[in-house]
Amino acid sequence: MSLDYENDGALHAKLIEEVLSQYPDKAAKRRKKHLSVAKSGDEASEEGDVLSECDVKSNIKSIPGVMTIRGCAYAGSKGVVWGPVKDMVHISHGPVGCGQYSWSQRRNYYVGTTGIDTFGTMQCTSDFQEKDIVFGGDKKLEQIIDEIEELFPLNNGITVQSECPIGLIGDDTEAVSRKKAKEHEKTIVPVRCEGFRGVSQSLGHHIANDSIRDWVFEKKDVEFEAGPYDVNVIGDYNIGGDAWASRILLEEIGLRVVGNWSGDATLAEIERAPKAKLNLIHCYRSMNYICRHMEEKYGVAWMEYNFFGPSQIEASLRKIAKHFGPEIQEKTEKVITKYRPLVDAVIAKYRPRLEGNTVMLYVGGLRPRHVITAYEDLGMVIVGTGYEFAHNDDYQRTGHYVKNGTLIYDDVTGYELEKFIEGVRPNLVGSGIKEKYPVQKMGIPFRQMHSWDYSGPYHGYDGFAIFARDVDLAINNPVWGLYQAPWKTSPSRGRAMAAE
Amino acid sequence: MPQSAEKVLDHAPLFREPEYREMLAEKKLNFECPHTDQIVTDQREFTKTWQYREKNLAREALVVNPAKACQPLGAVFAAAGFERTMSFVHGSQGCVAYYRSHLSRHFKEPASAVSSSMTEDAAVFGGLKNMVDGLANTYQLYDPKMIAVSTTCMAEVIGDDLHSFIENAKDENSVPRDFDVPFAHTPAFVGSHVDGYDGMVKGILEHFWKGQERTQARGTINIIPGFDGFCVGNNRELKRLLDLMGVSYTFIQDASDQFDTPSDGEYRMYDGGTKIEDVKQALNAEATLSLQYYNTRKTLEYCDQVGQATASFHYPLGVQATDEFLMKVSAISGKEIPETIRLERGRLIDAMADSQSWLHGKKYAIYGDPDFVYAMARFVMETGGEPTHCLATNGSSAWEAEMKELLASSPFGKDAQVWAGKDLWAMRSLLFTEPVDLLIGNSYGKYLERDTGTPLIRLMFPIFDRHHHHRFPLMGYQGGLRVLTTILDKIFDKLDRETSETGVTDYSYDLTR
Repeated sequence: MSLDYENDGALHAKLIEEVLSQYPDKAAKRRKKHLSVAKSGDEASEEGDVLSECDVKSNIKSIPGVMTIRGCAYAGSKGVVWGPVKDMVHISHGPVGCGQYSWSQRRNYYVGTTGIDTFGTMQCTSDFQEKDIVFGGDKKLEQIIDEIEELFPLNNGITVQSECPIGLIGDDTEAVSRKKAKEHEKTIVPVRCEGFRGVSQSLGHHIANDSIRDWVFEKKDVEFEAGPYDVNVIGDYNIGGDAWASRILLEEIGLRVVGNWSGDATLAEIERAPKAKLNLIHCYRSMNYICRHMEEKYGVAWMEYNFFGPSQIEASLRKIAKHFGPEIQEKTEKVITKYRPLVDAVIAKYRPRLEGNTVMLYVGGLRPRHVITAYEDLGMVIVGTGYEFAHNDDYQRTGHYVKNGTLIYDDVTGYELEKFIEGVRPNLVGSGIKEKYPVQKMGIPFRQMHSWDYSGPYHGYDGFAIFARDVDLAINNPVWGLYQAPWKTSPSRGRAMAAE
Repeated sequence: MPQSAEKVLDHAPLFREPEYREMLAEKKLNFECPHTDQIVTDQREFTKTWQYREKNLAREALVVNPAKACQPLGAVFAAAGFERTMSFVHGSQGCVAYYRSHLSRHFKEPASAVSSSMTEDAAVFGGLKNMVDGLANTYQLYDPKMIAVSTTCMAEVIGDDLHSFIENAKDENSVPRDFDVPFAHTPAFVGSHVDGYDGMVKGILEHFWKGQERTQARGTINIIPGFDGFCVGNNRELKRLLDLMGVSYTFIQDASDQFDTPSDGEYRMYDGGTKIEDVKQALNAEATLSLQYYNTRKTLEYCDQVGQATASFHYPLGVQATDEFLMKVSAISGKEIPETIRLERGRLIDAMADSQSWLHGKKYAIYGDPDFVYAMARFVMETGGEPTHCLATNGSSAWEAEMKELLASSPFGKDAQVWAGKDLWAMRSLLFTEPVDLLIGNSYGKYLERDTGTPLIRLMFPIFDRHHHHRFPLMGYQGGLRVLTTILDKIFDKLDRETSETGVTDYSYDLTR
């Protein structure tokens, strides 16, 4: 159910010109390469029609002093890839802050007894002091690992998430990990995700993927009876329960999800992954590396899919089913039919309340493109989108989603985003916590698209209903009509609709 | 199918539905390789014992769930309390994303700061180029009146020198020569956010006061609030009291407007804060008062050096702490404490007397920043409560000694214990082995509430999971009234919950309490 529309490319080009004119020359020159207006694409690929081209430079260092929204490699490894693995203790190795600020903030749901057999919402840190910087922290790390074994004996492994100072002072966390792993007969994974490495979270994902390859795979005999329909879900972090709302569908079509990476995962699910038949990858950006490795080394095929919104869910389910043949395909059609009334009811209820509303997005690694069709399923129009830490292949894939004239911004700065939003005045902005309050002050509805604004899940059919409800309640709340004091201006332009 | 368009179920109810419960149980059994239920139960029970507590408190290296953050967060908060000031944090960029998110999640407000975005090459060659380019970009894009520079641990480890870097940047015309760029080195591996606050405020004062002639303006007072998640409510309340007294005062660092901007269609990147001109004039004040001693040790030393009288408090919350604050202000300013304030005081005392039977003998565990814990323990004792566990992860041995002195001053403190440098995983053992009635802290305490069943009262930064508490004061007599009411609500809600079972316990479900 793809919407047909075109965006105001001329306005967007003008907005780009205006923001660039405010930078010092050197910075303007560099930022220019990251901003563009999507142009009609004329090539078609096997993925389907390319709707447009998003010709921007990406994965390049941020400019100092411009207020980039990006994070760091540690955020990519501890915050994204490793942090959700629930039965391991993840040490934020270095000063206290990194672990403190990322503590429990990504809403990677899991089931377990925290502090006993699972450790997801805990902040374990080596709390580096000056003496650790001066004399090194390897001895301390050894002691920390011993203390973890003493206090949290049911942990199934430990990761050492390096913060900035570790790489700078020359600590050998690998040697410590090797030694202690042997001593305690446990998996201990050193991750060199110091925050200064790379240009964003992205290198942290890559480093974390590599650490799975180097420190987890083939380290133990994995006893596991492989089946014909075994799949791993890769790159679903179970934010607000996303992975669960996806798993239920995959199981319904007859597949066996033997590992979920890494939301609600245990180490066992990571270890057995190479025995699966297919890797289903949702967040391509953060976990394509390990999928490529599993393909090369173990011959596990991988496939991207998208479980945001019914159009993409249906297309993805069919694509996945095709891989497994008629038996699964048949079940899949039944599942699609089963959920059709729910989808129809959700769209019937919410589309009239949302039709034609415009949306600007600025998120992380997959959502700037993946969620687009879900909005379009509700009759909404995407006028601008951009990524914090995408690479060129992400922007290529974005061409399959965005329409001609869409405003594209890579590693947007606080200044640019504010000016773009002011200039476009969309009906909704979907971005992160740092962007939420400035946008709402302007009187523009907002949803956090990293944390689902403490709601979710948004994946799967169950998630789509929640997504539709949330977008509706954001846009149609009466508060937007109360911004102007009535003695200052004419009556408000609010357009609230009560919840049904 | 549990989901429907009529009644959309989100995560809280959705995953309680049978389809999901069954799916998750199967996942656990077939794919997670879990420990047996018995092993998990045994370990859980073991963590409640004195034996586990001893192991837990004996930890030397591992820190679990600390109640403190790192220095630059304090510096960024401090800078937010000055007129049109942009925080510029020199070092890795991810840190700045974290500070901004952390502050926004608490205040539900925008939090601006920029980074010099140092990467691997800067780690090798130093971050001078990042400073030069960064200051120029910040100055041009964000139109600040001042840029306050602090550091992440990366810049500290490689030893970048802010003073010379800023001079270099000015030589290269990144900002005009006379543009104000105060700075503070804020290593994350020393102290905590309260020290970063101290460093930044001192850096700003030094920047404006150094080499200036001081002409003492008698009776004028500077007030430094310290790192305070309740600055919005507190600063405004204190200003109201000082205005009632007719005192001539300057808040040095005041983020109350910056973190409480109105929604009227305009996004204000900067709002309120101490005016630059007022910072300059503040040199002449007769005295500088710190509301939180452990947040301002270096700053007060500096104020003392320039010739000002200084005095400090531990978060003036509760009756006697507010009394002392007002009397000090009165003594320096020569202004009487007006009758209206005496009446306010009387109303707080009246409320405490009305409710004393519900508070007397209640046991508390209190954690947070050192000054706050001191204040809360003192107020708890004023209400007849017993502060059984007083914990500050960033508390020093000096704080511990001061706490012990305070606790020894009241019969209600005789069984109290002080835990300097301990974390919330240690608190978990304390609550299991020596239980209390109420836990006072911040949002992180909710895990302790879940595990130990101790009701949590959120009165400290950060509060992520309750909204708008910080908009109301905790300091002063009005603040005392609010703290009192919050504690009482928690007590009554719990009692109502425990007595509400129809036909079983509801004889005690009293209408009047």
